[in-house]
Amino acid sequence: MSAPSPARRDPPLLVAALIILAVGYLGLVVFLPLLTVFIEALRKGIEAYFSGINQSEVWSAIKLTLIVAGVAVPLNTVFGLAAAWTVTRFDFWGKNLLVTIIDLPFSISPVISGLIYVLLYGANGWFGPQLQEMGIQVIFNITGIILATTLVTLPFVARELIPLMQAQGSDEEAAATTLGANGWRTFFLITLPNIKWALMYGVLLCTARAMGEFGAVSVVSGKIRGFTATMPLQVEILYNEYNFVAAFAVASLLALFALITLAVKTVLEARFADELAAQRWR
Amino acid sequence: MTAVVRPRRFVEPSALPGFGPALGFTMVYLSFFLLLPLAALVLRPWEHGFGHVWSVITERRTLDALKLSFGAAFLAACLNAVFGTIVAWVLVRYDFPGKRLLDAFVDLPFALPTAVAGIALATIYAPTGMIGALLDPYHIQIAYTPLGVMVALVFVGFPFVVRAIQPVLEDLHVEVEEAAATLGASRLRTIALVVFPAILPALLTGFSLSMARAVGEYGSVIFIAGNIQNVSEIAPLLIIMHLEEFDYAGAAAIGLVMLLISAVTLFALNGVQALVARRGLR
Amino acid sequence: MSLEITNVNKSFGRFPALNDVSLLAEDGEFLALLGPSGSGKTTLLRIIAGLEIADGGAVRFGDEDLLAKPVRQRGIGFVFQHYALFKHMTSAQNIAFGMQSKARKLRPSKAEIKAKVAELLALVQLDDLGERYPAQLSGGQRQRVALARALAIEPKILLLDEPFGALDAKVRRGLRRWLRELHERTGLTTIFVTHDQEEALELADRVAVLKDGKVEQIGTPEELYHEPASAFVFDFLGDSFQFPCVVRDGKAVIAGVDVTILGAATPADGPSTAYARPDAFVVGPADGPGFGARIRDVLLAGPDARIDCVLDDDGAIEVRVPHAVAQKLAPRNRISLIPREVRVWAET
Repeated sequence: MSAPSPARRDPPLLVAALIILAVGYLGLVVFLPLLTVFIEALRKGIEAYFSGINQSEVWSAIKLTLIVAGVAVPLNTVFGLAAAWTVTRFDFWGKNLLVTIIDLPFSISPVISGLIYVLLYGANGWFGPQLQEMGIQVIFNITGIILATTLVTLPFVARELIPLMQAQGSDEEAAATTLGANGWRTFFLITLPNIKWALMYGVLLCTARAMGEFGAVSVVSGKIRGFTATMPLQVEILYNEYNFVAAFAVASLLALFALITLAVKTVLEARFADELAAQRWR
Repeated sequence: MTAVVRPRRFVEPSALPGFGPALGFTMVYLSFFLLLPLAALVLRPWEHGFGHVWSVITERRTLDALKLSFGAAFLAACLNAVFGTIVAWVLVRYDFPGKRLLDAFVDLPFALPTAVAGIALATIYAPTGMIGALLDPYHIQIAYTPLGVMVALVFVGFPFVVRAIQPVLEDLHVEVEEAAATLGASRLRTIALVVFPAILPALLTGFSLSMARAVGEYGSVIFIAGNIQNVSEIAPLLIIMHLEEFDYAGAAAIGLVMLLISAVTLFALNGVQALVARRGLR
Repeated sequence: MSLEITNVNKSFGRFPALNDVSLLAEDGEFLALLGPSGSGKTTLLRIIAGLEIADGGAVRFGDEDLLAKPVRQRGIGFVFQHYALFKHMTSAQNIAFGMQSKARKLRPSKAEIKAKVAELLALVQLDDLGERYPAQLSGGQRQRVALARALAIEPKILLLDEPFGALDAKVRRGLRRWLRELHERTGLTTIFVTHDQEEALELADRVAVLKDGKVEQIGTPEELYHEPASAFVFDFLGDSFQFPCVVRDGKAVIAGVDVTILGAATPADGPSTAYARPDAFVVGPADGPGFGARIRDVLLAGPDARIDCVLDDDGAIEVRVPHAVAQKLAPRNRISLIPREVRVWAET
């Protein structure tokens, strides 16, 4: 940054005070909890840390979390691409309403996101009993977890792509069409390369949220150990059993993943600023 | 000239392919994951009659929980509005070592799974924890009180205000402040009358996003709240409790009320924001 | 084969963009669509290409119905206003894209594509820049890559949307001449859209002037200049001033003076409006015939001298006169002004 204009120069004491205040607040609100996770996880030494993680229940939780994210994220990626193509490449009645609806899951409490699936597929749900008769159990099962996670993370990819594709316009795609390219060729050779970093960004945020989702999942999972407990739920189970070291050890894995997400996100933002819509993350 | 008035078409014809399939997929996906479940939320509260809904939401326990969820969310958003503005200001205007790292960490509350934050906060603010122990001698207790709920909501809502204000502050032309200075305004006067009004709409956006997120928050709150009936029990938790008693209608009623209050609040805040923006302060 | 556009209509929502437009471009002709923004010229171009769908009407090339074909099968070269180059592809890859998009049976071999790309790069004088990405090219170079890309599919018709719109004045002039030469060499039926009347008059064989979604006039540059069909065309092709007049016996009576009316048709007698170019004025002494005026400023730079004056009955006017006349004048002088020749159209 070049030297600020004299009109923007603040008294040095004030500057120092504000910086200290900002750093202090961030430290208290953000750093301290993060630090605590690692301190508590390692409180009884590295061996206790690893034995906290190395339990079959924890491994199943990790596996379950990866499976859930592995289904929810691709689903929402395809959805995001389809929704962004619809909204940014065509002009149709009710478009703004559609964009608002896509955004809706952001303003719904995660617990409500879980609740509404119970209302449909739970034991007293609209479709629950019939499905049960057919031998299909959605709630207290991995299916329910996937549904709730998909809903909570539904807007991430679409939200990232829509503003970017809107800004880019459809000139390049129109050009490809006049040159004789069909729809798929245009999409894969022209659209996709233009949005690849934004897509990656959206997928990253979507994955982070899918792996960490707690509220919605805890409503539909039933928290059956080793079966329907995802990593965040496993953290809760261990914590409530006063097995703090193990709880924080599992939590530290999630925290590490969060840090990696932040790092990748920061790099993407720094290198490809023009190719991202820089959405607000929620 | 005789203007040919045509009925509005559903979709403007386009040279690009794929409108039908893309819109179709988007709508089916949204219906399955979002709209159908939401319909259940809207319809199911009434299945035991209006009286049941009324008794559930006017129950002392429900009212206290709603008051806590919305009150704590409001206070947390206020706190974040003040400190978020300072952090955004410091990050945009001043240069100091570690600034970029600090900037990246603003998003940590988005990236860190809420359950992880929850157990960390509960540990820090418990009477034996890092900060709890400091306050204990003065008989100030944070964990397991409404104060604890607020602390958790401050964590969750922190990034919104910063991320809303930052771009506006960055885009604010230096000329505006230089002009104010050449006109003889003091620095304080310039900030109060020129800079602050320019960021006010963004501040309000950040405030409402922060509050909306906090109202429905579950994971980071339940560990530190202690969940004492009528004292530190949040509304989302009550939903889960009703579900555990298989009172779907009651759970749905609370969920619906939460959504309605959120909608009204957001609507009002948007109104204020539009008013502020229309006065040409942007 | 000629391109024939008949009764094309198009509206966006409630806004009518094209209103029964008919137009004919002869084989090998270089046709300009000229008009202000919102006149529908770009919409018409995009309808020909298939990028917009017409509400009604027909576009035929020879006896082929173009509107029945999807964009990608029309074989029309389109050069976009902002080029729409594929940012992630080199110039050569951009140019090759159309050939590679052909169905496998029709697709030229790799070697053929390579040769064709080289040939086109040479044609647009960018022989050494095939490996550059669009971001590494200047505006004029991008424009030429876009043109080469459109030519690569061996189009039947070439359409250019504001081809020089995004370029600075100097590059513009150079490219204009070059494009004219290129057209002469390829002989392709070419239609381009512009809002710059100078560009249209200089480049095109014929110019179609559009206004509010209708063709106001179509003709050669000479025809347009000498026989403008309406006040709008006259005004759009250059600066003009208008005066109330009374038409009597084929003359326009302005401020008590009989003024020659240009043009083949003679308007009917009665009150009307007369239009004059700034260089069609006679400057006389203060007590001369016509309008009384006071000179505000005399500008002696440029091919003609310009005299900025205020009319006694309100309004300012800047007329152009030979330097010889202007040298005798000075600010604050009083003069008389009368148009030498005017044009009059039937009032609508």
